Amino acid sequence: MIEYWNPQIERMPVDELEKLQEQKLKNLVSYVYNHSPFYRKRFDAVGVKPEDITSLKDLTKLPFTYKKDLRDTYPTGMFCVPNKQLVRFHVSSGTTGKPTVVGYTMNDIKEWSKSLGRALTSIGVGRDDVLQVSYGYGLFTGGLGMHYGAEEVGATVLPISTGSTEKQLELMQDLGTTAIACTPSYLLYMSEVAKAEGLDFAKDTRLRVGILGAEPWTEEMRKRIEDATGIKAYDIFGTSELSGPLFTECRYQNGIHIWADQFLVEIIDPDTGEPLVDGERGELVITTLAKEALPLIRYRIGDYTVLNREPCKCGRTHPRIMRVSGRVDDMLIVRGINVFPGQVESVLMKIPEVGEHFMIIVDRINELDVMKVQIEMNDEAFSDKVNDIMALEKRVSESLKNVLNLSVKVELVEHGTLPRSMGKSKKVIDNRKL
Amino acid sequence: MDDNLIKQISLFAENKPGRLANIASKFKEESINIRAFTIAEAGDFGIIRMVVDNPDNAHRVLHNAGFTVSETDVLGIEMKDVPGQLATIADLLGKHNVNIDYAYAFVTRTEKAFLIVRVSDIEKAIKILNEGGINLLTMNDIQSI
Repeated sequence: MIEYWNPQIERMPVDELEKLQEQKLKNLVSYVYNHSPFYRKRFDAVGVKPEDITSLKDLTKLPFTYKKDLRDTYPTGMFCVPNKQLVRFHVSSGTTGKPTVVGYTMNDIKEWSKSLGRALTSIGVGRDDVLQVSYGYGLFTGGLGMHYGAEEVGATVLPISTGSTEKQLELMQDLGTTAIACTPSYLLYMSEVAKAEGLDFAKDTRLRVGILGAEPWTEEMRKRIEDATGIKAYDIFGTSELSGPLFTECRYQNGIHIWADQFLVEIIDPDTGEPLVDGERGELVITTLAKEALPLIRYRIGDYTVLNREPCKCGRTHPRIMRVSGRVDDMLIVRGINVFPGQVESVLMKIPEVGEHFMIIVDRINELDVMKVQIEMNDEAFSDKVNDIMALEKRVSESLKNVLNLSVKVELVEHGTLPRSMGKSKKVIDNRKL
Repeated sequence: MDDNLIKQISLFAENKPGRLANIASKFKEESINIRAFTIAEAGDFGIIRMVVDNPDNAHRVLHNAGFTVSETDVLGIEMKDVPGQLATIADLLGKHNVNIDYAYAFVTRTEKAFLIVRVSDIEKAIKILNEGGINLLTMNDIQSI
């Protein structure tokens, strides 16, 4: 098994990496200025010329770009290359607005694969592995992205996509799947189905690695998944605008390595736009250093996280972002209090009697926001005394109140009634007409 | 002494239309007979408790149908049809510090009345009731009622 996919880059001393970034940033700025009327207009509006960017410190002179820009220029208004140089489109689902289109040159696909190749190597996935790609194939970047990344490192890909859970489990056993890429909620659902079929992940399969993402999840959920399946669960991060799934944690499960030769990260205060010092939680901003078709300058990706530039135990020198604690888009404001579904998940998963699935429902009753959390009870925790169940509801409600500072009604529902998801799970129903 | 342990089936059900019908039809398919039955309701949910002729089968059927279900040991106490019988039983248990968590009654075709109880200390309760000359049901009795 190899330790690094590209040891020279992955272990490059930080000052050399920064020199490399500086050069790439300068090239990027003049590239977008000369190839994209969108960026030229943006830069001109704030009076920045490519020659004004001489070092990494000048980055903050550049204007931000937003998801809204991609929508406003739909479909290809921000692209820097003509169609004949494109080899692929991916299109986002548009769940939070008009869809966004991302185009790729051959080189963009190669850089994307390299990024995932390094990531897979860092969690010990390589030639000896069978990787079951249970992300959707198609316009969504998850399936094809993982597919190319896995081929890059020579793993055997099982391109099964989402759905048909029984088939997933059957092929997992028959073909000796060792690693699976899917959403954390889908892996949980699979393990639930497996259990019902009398299948033991640890004994009956060779599965040892889960590469889980495409939806926010918590440390507490990781523990649940690892306990339920006996595998190591790794967080993967990326978004279609940046290409797709790109980065994972390494074996130490202590932050996601962002390849600095390909991407430049900043953490900013979401309100003022000012950069924050390392270690402070803020909004992630990414500049693509190697993309050709759709480079993004200071892209406001919309995730909250913490940046860590300390060298990692694995020997990689590239910065890490700590677990993404939630997307700006996912944040609920209930009675003026900010609530992230991840906070709710992390409270619930610490209570052993509570099952893995939950739903947050927000209503407005008599001008007052009311938040309800539906949970299922683990079979083993079921007591036939009404008092015990009411005490559990009360305990969950109090734990949530302690963390959220908000009264939450907890409702136990029957096992199997909360929706199980094969892709990105929906954890919030907001009935308010705002 | 274990002969006197009655296996009660308890299950969690949301308080909404059709839940009981669903359970009843499952039992019909499997020819499971309900001997005694009660619902403890608490707002959004209820706990259905029942004594059936074949508890293991009932547990399997309900579990496979996706219900949260458990088997609980309870006592079936025969009640003579004379005034003060319930007081005698409650007195016996109370005097010995055995708490009744819940209770429900049923009457058989042979016109006997029985009380199903869950108590805080079942072994102790069996001893006390036996010594007090109170007749307790066995699983065999339940099947042949």
